[in-house]
Amino acid sequence: MRAGVFASKRASRTAAQLITYLLLAAGAIFMLFPFAWMLSSSLKEAGDVLKFPPEWIPSPVVWRNYIDAMTLDYAPFGIFFKNTIIITFIAVFGQLLSSSAVGYSFARLRWSGRGPLFIVLLATMMLPYQVTLIPVFILFKKLGWVDTLLPLTVPAFFGDAFYVFLFRQFMMTIPTEMDDAARIDGCGTAGIYSRIIVPLSTPVLLTAAIFIFLSQWNDFLGPLIYLNSTHNYTLSLGLRIVQGYGGYGVQRWHLLMAASLIVMSPVLALFFLAQRYFIQGVVISGVKG
Amino acid sequence: MANAISLRVKIAAKRRIGSPQRENLAGWLWASPWILGFFIFILGPMLVSVYLSFTNYAVITPPKWIGLGNYRFMVQHDESVLQALKVTTIYAVASIPLNLALGFMLALLLNQPIKGLPMWRTVYYLPAVVSGVAVALLWQWIFNTDFGLANWILGLVGIKGPSWLLDAHWALPALIVMSLWGVGGGMIINLAGLQGVPTQLYESAEIDGAGATGRFWHITVPMVSPVIFFNLVMGIIGALQTFTQAFIMTNGGPREATYFFMLHLYNNAFLYLKMGYAAALAWVLFFYILLLSLLVIRSSAAWVYYEGELRRG
Repeated sequence: MRAGVFASKRASRTAAQLITYLLLAAGAIFMLFPFAWMLSSSLKEAGDVLKFPPEWIPSPVVWRNYIDAMTLDYAPFGIFFKNTIIITFIAVFGQLLSSSAVGYSFARLRWSGRGPLFIVLLATMMLPYQVTLIPVFILFKKLGWVDTLLPLTVPAFFGDAFYVFLFRQFMMTIPTEMDDAARIDGCGTAGIYSRIIVPLSTPVLLTAAIFIFLSQWNDFLGPLIYLNSTHNYTLSLGLRIVQGYGGYGVQRWHLLMAASLIVMSPVLALFFLAQRYFIQGVVISGVKG
Repeated sequence: MANAISLRVKIAAKRRIGSPQRENLAGWLWASPWILGFFIFILGPMLVSVYLSFTNYAVITPPKWIGLGNYRFMVQHDESVLQALKVTTIYAVASIPLNLALGFMLALLLNQPIKGLPMWRTVYYLPAVVSGVAVALLWQWIFNTDFGLANWILGLVGIKGPSWLLDAHWALPALIVMSLWGVGGGMIINLAGLQGVPTQLYESAEIDGAGATGRFWHITVPMVSPVIFFNLVMGIIGALQTFTQAFIMTNGGPREATYFFMLHLYNNAFLYLKMGYAAALAWVLFFYILLLSLLVIRSSAAWVYYEGELRRG
């Protein structure tokens, strides 16, 4: 009798597990098919892309599409890569530098305005960017910075509420005894920051670096508003050129998919290299935020 | 012994920092990048934006004060505003609950003792890390009427798919389906929330005779509700600011079926150079987001459970 109950319990657990795996597999198809579709399309001949039903394995496999997509005479992707890398690199550097310094101040130093200003900081995190979009554009226009990379890089050096908050939360967990010990050894405020706080904050610095990289690499509205000349364009705007060019006739999806995949690939590579920090970042911002 | 040392360390440290005034100055100094940025990029522009919203301003000539003219025009003559609000709201109302529910359910599935958890987590999270123009182009191709992936799959089960992005009825649903591709972000947050629920709670509930359903509704859901609340607020802010997908895939069409609010704002500001009017639109969107956020925060007292908080009333 009791054995029978256990057996049926085990059977129902196996059934539940089976359903779990089936559901997960079905969802995984929805997640992975678009990537496979993109890869397959990017390797097809122009004529094979527009075939129905589609052939998943391209024949012939046209690796040349990747070269062709990067060497279109109307879309110099080499320059787009260079611009995007410059903007992203400067933004990551500036944002880490400024936000970690400000986070240090909020986490470790006692000063008169700290409490009220921290509340202001939290409030600005909720502020939608549209409200400041137009005046900031006008400001950069008056400065003569439109159609340069400056509007996309300089603001990073003034810190961002979200990253300041992230750093502050992490730095609060570093024991203050470490500061005191460093003070005895003759460290000033800057010494404690650079010798104690920054080295101990490496995980959160890496997490933040990844998120800043992602948002800059994928940014579209910023470059769309601020950059006019093709030689200043970023990858997002470059893809837009290729799309617009095809819009007048038949869209050349094989080239468009090849270009899109190339633009995506640094992000994918980074994800597989540093998955731990991606997930940490989401968790820090979501659960503790 | 250790205490004595740490006490000495503290005394010595106090002596070294010197005066509190110096630390006060250092504090302001280290925070100054953000304080400056706050005035230059947030507070200043906000005030300018309020002012501009009461003016006619095309950048070339100085702003001209027209009082409530922009807001009056918005209500009386600009039919696209209503359409933009409608599209944006439908998108938010459909995509946010779908994303919340699926993100939560996926997290539940992955929180079981299953094989290959890191692999599943990677697969589901992968689409959430890519975004921007490349993703919009990919989905535009997926939703292609004659040769796209979506209609191929529908064809396999004998359904003749619609024209999706070219059909005023199906363009917005297509964008909603696309939004589900990024469900992994919410899933990861939910998963972390689920893993943070103390197992003793389940054990003691089991001893008290609670079944699986009871444990789910009385332990799992309340304990994860703050995470769901966070996802909801972030979802609202994100959905109401949708821009890139609509700009790339449909440019608001067909027949304004995907004319998101941000497209209307962008067009007015940077296509028609009606900066004053666009500033007014930005404030409308701001108050709309604020209103919805406040409603959700208000309602949260009834359904979000915070540990250590006493129930009111």
